[in-house]
Amino acid sequence: MKQIPFTIASYDKFIEDKKLMASKCVKCRAIWLPPRPICLTCKSDALEWVELNGKGKLVAFTVIGVGPMPMINAGYNRDKPYCSGIVELDEGPRISAQILGVDVAHPENIKIGIPLTATFVERGSWHFVEELARVKKTYLAFQA
Amino acid sequence: MTQRKRKLGRGVAMVGAGMSAFGIRPDVTNRELFAEAFLDMVSSVDRGFDPQDIEALYVGNCGAEMWESQSVMGALCADVTGLTPRPALKVEDACASSSVAVREGIMGIASGMYDMVLVGGTEKMSILPTNWTTMALACGSDTTYESAAGFTFPGLYASMATAHMERYGTTHDDLLRVAIKNHNNGALNPKAHFPKTIKDVMDMRKAQAKEKGKPIPNWADEMEFLHDPRYNPVIAWPNTLFDCCPVTDGAACILLVADEIAKNFTDKPLYIIGSGQASGHNLHDRETLTSIPAAKLAAQQAYEMAGVRPQDINIAEVHDCFTIAEIMAIADLGFFKEGKEAATAAGEGKTARDGIKPVNVSGGLKCKGHPVGATGAAQVVEIFQQMRGEAGARQVTNMDINLALNHNIGAHGTTAVVQIYERR
Ligand SMILES: [Zn+2]
Repeated sequence: MKQIPFTIASYDKFIEDKKLMASKCVKCRAIWLPPRPICLTCKSDALEWVELNGKGKLVAFTVIGVGPMPMINAGYNRDKPYCSGIVELDEGPRISAQILGVDVAHPENIKIGIPLTATFVERGSWHFVEELARVKKTYLAFQA
Repeated sequence: MTQRKRKLGRGVAMVGAGMSAFGIRPDVTNRELFAEAFLDMVSSVDRGFDPQDIEALYVGNCGAEMWESQSVMGALCADVTGLTPRPALKVEDACASSSVAVREGIMGIASGMYDMVLVGGTEKMSILPTNWTTMALACGSDTTYESAAGFTFPGLYASMATAHMERYGTTHDDLLRVAIKNHNNGALNPKAHFPKTIKDVMDMRKAQAKEKGKPIPNWADEMEFLHDPRYNPVIAWPNTLFDCCPVTDGAACILLVADEIAKNFTDKPLYIIGSGQASGHNLHDRETLTSIPAAKLAAQQAYEMAGVRPQDINIAEVHDCFTIAEIMAIADLGFFKEGKEAATAAGEGKTARDGIKPVNVSGGLKCKGHPVGATGAAQVVEIFQQMRGEAGARQVTNMDINLALNHNIGAHGTTAVVQIYERR
């Protein structure tokens, strides 16, 4: 079977299918999320796809009232802020994502270290051109 | 990576430096801001010079494509300053664009290719509404994996702040004390975007309330004002309005020459003795969230090239796009220990204008303003004036400034430049 290329498009397709897929170095076993075409540790391009279990913990976060256009178009604003954070997966890698199910009205109550589970949300694409920004896309998010 | 010690092929000196007024400048465009900085620079060259001797331009510009729907800023800046047909390189590295331009210009002279170059940067930002400026700035992070996760620039630095708070017990008040200090400095800078102390801002707000017949707020001190969400709202928690630099229009430029001809232009040239630059991963891919690895590497390269140590540096202009950024910068540069020592340096007066290590005497990005593509060059303009004793009311007077440094971060640490300047 032909190897699925280690591209953003491949990753996006997996996310659309609600699968969190990473690239794993065949040589040194390092796992990369977002997937990469070249291993940062040993610089090998011998990689394979692996599915992660989607479990992790919060390592840094913010609550935003003044967001970029895709978040504004998704209904977020000063009165309805959202949380974005960095999540460390059980398998080791870290990724940026929207964090759902936390108390955005009281950010001081959101604790670093809380367990999180991967989930998937749909919103408009990141683009300056309106026609392209309107295209709906599935994004990785995490649920507290 | 090669461990070879890097050095300049020949010495490079600064003999002129100038900047436009920073602020909301509705009547001028990028190239006109650059022309304003150029004329200010020309008037700073003690014995004068013929601008036609400039052999090349290096112009930092982050996003005129987005803000002005205009690319080729290098050629346009050459045109407006009368320097066409000289080669003009537009340099983009987000908020470090002009520091990278300065560095490229240094290498242009050090290589022997040129004897005199113009380096600097310009940015016109106030033209777009806030939501589109948020988008334009967010293009400096990874739009596929960071911005699309909802992160804005204030949000990315806010995340570093939460990690810093978690790891070191840093408080939001520690962050706000950086803002108070930089406003105290910027109040003395006539070219600053907001030449006002926080106390001045409080007085303004009280006067406005009185004028409108509203109840006059009565804050005990600056901290109580900064804790008042009506006047200092959250932008990206824990970053409040006063933790964030403003959206600013401005330009700055510097005249670099080969060191053997520097004395033709002035008795007080300043020499670039150390230069470092590094790139960094996306925030989530870094080994640390409480420091900027690229800044540490750039600093290490600059110190090695200059043969000096952090404690030898008299003053520094550092990248305080958000208050937490200055706390990380003074640790990454080796001035203070990462953690509590760096977080409390501003509050304890150590980085004040009359402190042991004055940081951001210009007012910093926070108060002077942050026209992203011009910021690094504007830091150098401040260093030029401070080292020559020409900084007016904000001149550092408690020490001789023989060594100074600027630290400029591109985006949230995907680029970092550190350069060291010497007065001989
Ligand atoms: Zn590997």
